[in-house]
Amino acid sequence: MKKITGSQAIVQCLHEEGVKTIFGFPGGAVLDLYDQLFNADIEHVLVRHEQGAVHAADAYSRVTGEVGVALLTSGPGATNGVTGIATAYMDSIPIVVLTGQVPTPLIGNDAFQEVDIVGITRPCTKHNYLVKKAEDLVPTIREAFHIARTGRPGPVLVDLPKDVVASMISYPEKKPIRMQSYQPTYEPHIGQIAKACKVILGANKPVLYAGGGVVLSNAHAELFELATKLNIPVTMTLMGLGAFPGSHDLCMGMLGMHGTYTANMAVAKSDLLIAVGARFDDRVTGRLDAFAKDAKIIHIDIDPTSISKNVKVDIPIVADCKYALTAVNNWLKTEKSINLEEAAARYQPWRDTINDWKIQHPLVFKDEGEIIKPQYVIQKLDELTKGEAIITTEVGQNQMWAAQFYKFDKPRKFVTSGGLGTMGFGLPAAIGAKIAFPNIHVIDIAGDGSIQMNIQELATAKQYNCPIKVAILNNGYLGMVRQWQELFYGKRYSSTVMETVPDFVELAKAYGAVGLRASKKSEVEDVIKEALATDNVVIMDFKIAREEGVYPMVPAGKATTEMLLV
Amino acid sequence: MKHTISVLLQNKPGVLSRVTGLFSGRGFNIESLCVAETLEPDVSCLTLVTRGDNNIIEQITKQLHKLIDVIKVTDIGDKEYVEREMILIRVKAEAGTRAEVLRVIDIFRGKVVDVSSKSYAVEVTGSASKIQAVIDILRPIGIKEIVRTGTIAMARANKA
Repeated sequence: MKKITGSQAIVQCLHEEGVKTIFGFPGGAVLDLYDQLFNADIEHVLVRHEQGAVHAADAYSRVTGEVGVALLTSGPGATNGVTGIATAYMDSIPIVVLTGQVPTPLIGNDAFQEVDIVGITRPCTKHNYLVKKAEDLVPTIREAFHIARTGRPGPVLVDLPKDVVASMISYPEKKPIRMQSYQPTYEPHIGQIAKACKVILGANKPVLYAGGGVVLSNAHAELFELATKLNIPVTMTLMGLGAFPGSHDLCMGMLGMHGTYTANMAVAKSDLLIAVGARFDDRVTGRLDAFAKDAKIIHIDIDPTSISKNVKVDIPIVADCKYALTAVNNWLKTEKSINLEEAAARYQPWRDTINDWKIQHPLVFKDEGEIIKPQYVIQKLDELTKGEAIITTEVGQNQMWAAQFYKFDKPRKFVTSGGLGTMGFGLPAAIGAKIAFPNIHVIDIAGDGSIQMNIQELATAKQYNCPIKVAILNNGYLGMVRQWQELFYGKRYSSTVMETVPDFVELAKAYGAVGLRASKKSEVEDVIKEALATDNVVIMDFKIAREEGVYPMVPAGKATTEMLLV
Repeated sequence: MKHTISVLLQNKPGVLSRVTGLFSGRGFNIESLCVAETLEPDVSCLTLVTRGDNNIIEQITKQLHKLIDVIKVTDIGDKEYVEREMILIRVKAEAGTRAEVLRVIDIFRGKVVDVSSKSYAVEVTGSASKIQAVIDILRPIGIKEIVRTGTIAMARANKA
């Protein structure tokens, strides 16, 4: 059989896995691979910092549903990627990260740019590998893709010693992957489905609580069918936004710390909580003993460790969300004895209560003349993009306002670091999303603090003609931390005042991008319109009300019904 | 409550570190841990003794199972089982106490594995409580050093 180099084999294997784009940054340990990429039919996006590569690959995956790929060199290249890997891990995003490693004889010798990246990333990857033998190269990369995209998805890292990549191998034939110790459960237990359906039909005040798992398993249509068939109100986690149309009547918006009044009250007063692909995170539940305390809980999740981890579940269903919801919908269709209309009608008083809450306590903010309110900016972005843009965010107030005021009607449109809460995520994520969907507006909603954490990626956006838009909600503070200091630390703004903030308009120009500024409310709309019409990277610098807070807010450790309102 | 958990895992570099990393990362405790190859050289058996309420043990077994290299997890405490641990004890054995040490070791069905003019090294095998008992008895005589293997366990065969 014809022998090829390890790097040729890797590129061939990436092709076989359907990889079109990889995000990376070269270095000594990956030179062979980069040489191979020089003429390969795979686009390589050169970022300006390895964290950006992993975030971009992560976002590419979030918007397409495919596995994102990042390529980093050994040592600092790999460690710079760790925040990105941990971000993907917390949000269950399927990515494969290839890292260079020093040649095998040097491993353990404290060689130049050597680091035990497999050891470092063990707790923040779904799985990782150090390839020690050339013949393991291709099977390992195949297994990495398989593990990343199946079951509860997640990042997989493959560490590639330079000598292994340089060696000559025969390219092994592709065979179906069978792993003795890894067989995720997709199909639900049919007895549990029947039990769940009966409980649903017997409930008076049911709530659907949808998380990122619905998006990951593409189960939005099945969720929609269940909710609309039975008239069940829906709330979503930050990661779930878009899983159910945000502008639908049954939608109550996000729940949790900065969730809507309606969603938090509905969960608290419900008699049945149907959790789908969500994990009862502390930002969602608030004080645990007060969370949905009168409700029976059905929990659908592909990961058994998520079930009964924080909240005791009555009916666990270990399955892929799509399979489980399909089974529920089918059961409801085929079971002759049941009367769906009767059930839907019985939920009507509950719907009325929820509508009253919606009317009494909608998401609001105080308008103050020409002062720009950040929520207004988001509303305008929503309006002027007809809710159809891909929105990425940084982390903090900008993220919460985006979640509250942009109405996501479709999944995979909201790209945010939910679990890890990584500042600096939004800009590289926007690049990843724009490369996947060049014809859709991609907007990074940022703060003046977090945008500076990966601002170097403006150069990447320029180099690859990614006309992304960055909307900086500029208040000169690390706003979310400042808000906590205002509320819980006697307004002592310790290290949250950004005394020096760059002139973002000039900064944009320096990168060859366009900088626009709005300092008055009346300028907001024009700035957004101009940005959307500009075929270039645009930074919109919105000078917003400096001490605006995100509300509602459930203080940490309080019950979710103890909300601070505007 | 104490639980003995048996884990079958791929015999590969780094697998043990995945298991111990899981325990330290999630704040579970390990009282003892014992690992060696099974009949199949590419599979290892790890026996682990831990403590926790039912919720914690449920999380531990689920989290262990989630590791890609873990093949099977059994909470042996759910069943009838036999457990054994081995201890090596270096105990003072001078003119006045040599006979006494030998008598004690005999009672515990242990044996002497190393002799010097001032001490014996003895080997005793048994359940954790037996091991504790032999330590308690020998302590007044003068224990210089102990090394324990940690518990290994095996479910009993079905009686049928």
